Amino acid sequence: MRSPLRTLTRRGLLTGTVGSAALLATAGALAGCGTKGAQQTEAGCTSDDLSATEKKLTFSNWPQYMDTDEKERSKRPTLDAFVAASGIQVAYTEDVNDNNEFFGKIRNQLAGCQSTGRDIMVLTDWMAARVIRLGWAQKLDPAKMPNVAANLLPSLRGRSFDTDNRLAIPWQSGLAGLAYNAKVTREIRTVDELLTRSDLKGKVTVLSEMRDTMGLLLQAGGHDPANFTPAQFDDALAKLKKAVDSKQIRRFTGNDYAPDLAKGDIAACIGWSGDVIQLGFEDEKIKFVVPESGVMLWSDNVLVPNKATHKANAEALINHYYDPAVAAKLAAFVNYICPVQGAQAEMEKIDPDLAKNPLIFPDDAMLAKSKVFMALDEQREKEYETKFQQILGA
Amino acid sequence: MTALAHLPTSTRPPAPPPVRRGRHRLLPYLLLLPGAAWLLVFFALPLLQLAAASLYDPAGSLSTGYAMTWAVGNYPDAVQAYWPQFSRSFLYAGIALVIALLMGYPLAYAIAQKAGRWKHLLLVAVVAPMFTSFLVRTLAWKTILSDSGALVGLLRDVHLLGPDGRLLATPAAVVLGLTYNFLPFLVLPLYASLERLDPRLLEAASDLYASPLRAFARVTLPLSLPGLTAGTLLFFIPATGDYINAELLGTPNEYMVGNVIDSAFLVRLDYPQGAALSFLLMAAILAIVFVYLRKAGTEEVL
Repeated sequence: MRSPLRTLTRRGLLTGTVGSAALLATAGALAGCGTKGAQQTEAGCTSDDLSATEKKLTFSNWPQYMDTDEKERSKRPTLDAFVAASGIQVAYTEDVNDNNEFFGKIRNQLAGCQSTGRDIMVLTDWMAARVIRLGWAQKLDPAKMPNVAANLLPSLRGRSFDTDNRLAIPWQSGLAGLAYNAKVTREIRTVDELLTRSDLKGKVTVLSEMRDTMGLLLQAGGHDPANFTPAQFDDALAKLKKAVDSKQIRRFTGNDYAPDLAKGDIAACIGWSGDVIQLGFEDEKIKFVVPESGVMLWSDNVLVPNKATHKANAEALINHYYDPAVAAKLAAFVNYICPVQGAQAEMEKIDPDLAKNPLIFPDDAMLAKSKVFMALDEQREKEYETKFQQILGA
Repeated sequence: MTALAHLPTSTRPPAPPPVRRGRHRLLPYLLLLPGAAWLLVFFALPLLQLAAASLYDPAGSLSTGYAMTWAVGNYPDAVQAYWPQFSRSFLYAGIALVIALLMGYPLAYAIAQKAGRWKHLLLVAVVAPMFTSFLVRTLAWKTILSDSGALVGLLRDVHLLGPDGRLLATPAAVVLGLTYNFLPFLVLPLYASLERLDPRLLEAASDLYASPLRAFARVTLPLSLPGLTAGTLLFFIPATGDYINAELLGTPNEYMVGNVIDSAFLVRLDYPQGAALSFLLMAAILAIVFVYLRKAGTEEVL
């Protein structure tokens, strides 16, 4: 045991002084921290457009979202056609793998009104809504995109986060609905069946994307996902919680439900139309179902972030992809819903089977059943996301 | 050894004159510089930033910014909301550690002492899985444990699993995943310790009428203690913070604290809470490590 009263040595004094100073400095450094608001305004963060002198464009997209040549994988026919016609060199990268991750990549630059080095990025509805809400996207000029004005699918016009169709232009769209593997289970038709049918217990997955899963549940409860109240959200959430607690739901998934559904580890799930079509090509027992109560329509959107210096070039590219003939070529490759009207007629020339596929060119009856999730303000988004993540276990 | 080491100095002229001593004294610090700078920029500063973030006003948001309000309440709030995931992390990592020890110790012993000319091949076999990505290996387990896979089929046939039983998406799958993924971190330090074990000591023990069990407890185990301590720490620390295994092999009911931190930072954008949880995890692990090292008392590890 040391004696409680130690004599003060020179070393003791020095260590004490240095230690206290370090502690104080740390506390001081901490107190100096804190972050500035990330909100930007159109006036506060202006971007120059150098398109007139620089024939360049940097394009960030999701993997497998651009058609490639069958023989030569590095060739992208529709994009190459744009480069040839416009003389604009496109640096195309597939570096968007996950909305949340990509947001982490661009957050600091855009919060500080700095360039991300990208002229075009493709983000899903809710993330596009967040980026727009934060004032991080540039307004596009409709006059330079006549094809968009003429050919954008009516159900994708005037969405709540972009009422003028000037900030986020759909690149591809898709449905979130039910899917099942007929080798493992009999047909499934409603969301309630998915969440309560006892033969599916432990063989069901739902999407960890809150808007898709909750949107379908809201519709199943008779509510409108494009316009609902917090009480209605809680009502739908209670239903989900019951299904998790009863171990009906096995996992919350991203794209990774697809191989499990194909193997039959999961019998039925909430899934995305594009994935299920792809699986259906390989195994016709895997089927996509549009529930009676309705489906969720989502899009991945083209946005031009602040400080991107080639806005006019970006507008030219968007206009190119809204030409029905180009859109049909792209749709034939990616198999998601084509947001361009008139592409169906063009598709007849490429592949009549695909032109008849309602999951690529949905008919009016299906579109009438589809809803886009409402835009949320920051506080609501955090509240709903937290509640949903609590059910999800994280 | 010491006598030999003295030899050259006694035959050589005396040490260099004191004038040059300054440079010699500085040299170790200069050698430290790159490492220290690296630690400062990539460890100390982010840590400070994390500490600050954990004390931000929880009412702040991305668009309005976070004010530094010394909100210590973030910590109890985070614990209250997520203590199940927190304790689950330590529970799963603990169980995985026990299983890994039961498998890893005999394995390391066999490679070090009994493998003979197969030693190097076996070592490569332990390390080889690390040549592929952690993620790919965990995904491979998904295929192995699949409901329609051969393993589950076999277990169902011998009635170890019910007709609807499964391995995937259960706590067992997560613990097995943790055990598998971090096993090499336990085996390699253990091997290094056991490899130096002199078999003559064991012969001496048995000559002195020690039973094999007693010889193990009194000779082998104490001599392997540095490797054992280092190995358990290298296993336990990353296993506690892991979230990939729970994400891929488990369900929401198996989520660990790593999953919560991931969602706090990336999905819910609740930076103060995410930072508070990260700090708590670090503090808890540090506390465990200190207590453990005190008990194990091996200074050679540090």
